[in-house]
Amino acid sequence: MNKSVSVSYYAILREQRGLGTEEVPTMAVTASDLYEELRARHGFTLPASRVRVAVNDDFQPWGVAVEDGDRIAFLPPVAGG
Amino acid sequence: MEFRVTGQKIDPAQLILAIGDTRVGACVTFEGRVRRQNEGRSVLSLDYEAFKPLAEKEGQRILEEARQKFGVLDAVCVHRTGSLKLGDLAVWIAITAEHRGAAFDACRYVIDEAKARVPIWKKEHYGDGSTEWINCATRGPGVSGPGPAG
Repeated sequence: MNKSVSVSYYAILREQRGLGTEEVPTMAVTASDLYEELRARHGFTLPASRVRVAVNDDFQPWGVAVEDGDRIAFLPPVAGG
Repeated sequence: MEFRVTGQKIDPAQLILAIGDTRVGACVTFEGRVRRQNEGRSVLSLDYEAFKPLAEKEGQRILEEARQKFGVLDAVCVHRTGSLKLGDLAVWIAITAEHRGAAFDACRYVIDEAKARVPIWKKEHYGDGSTEWINCATRGPGVSGPGPAG
């Protein structure tokens, strides 16, 4: 089923995408599918194994289902402090 | 107990006024500052970026863990976003407890967990004009091991 999600990128992913947030129509079933779809499209250098995903402002496992209207964020390795 | 992400300059003298009461026997504070050198490279400035809603939520979880593990009375952490100069304060932590052991241990716990878990990113600008997102390299020595200390 086709759905639309809001995708946010941070740090190196934001720079590689060239924007911070976008609406993405997708048929991806899981967050992992969605990342691989976008990685192929935009040439992200980080493999999913080094990225975390948040859905509606909370961390989720990569296998989480993507639902229409979700706010999805892809988070590169963190480096605060 | 508050974990806050801010684009404004951190003012410890102001923040400390709200910390503690007469139960407190120890107050440990930590300042993380922008250093002029990292991994042998000359650093000119830093940009911090945060996923604010989740950074504050995950930060709050860390403070709550510190309270549970060490029995501290209060824990506050403020982290900067935006462009910072050398010497600027990037992160400030204050922990209060009845005794110093718990306060020191909890302070160490909070900064270590925050660096590992809170969705905040650091981009370094170097003297040779290059830049790097710390921990985001896809090749080189930083990839398999833990990221550089900050």
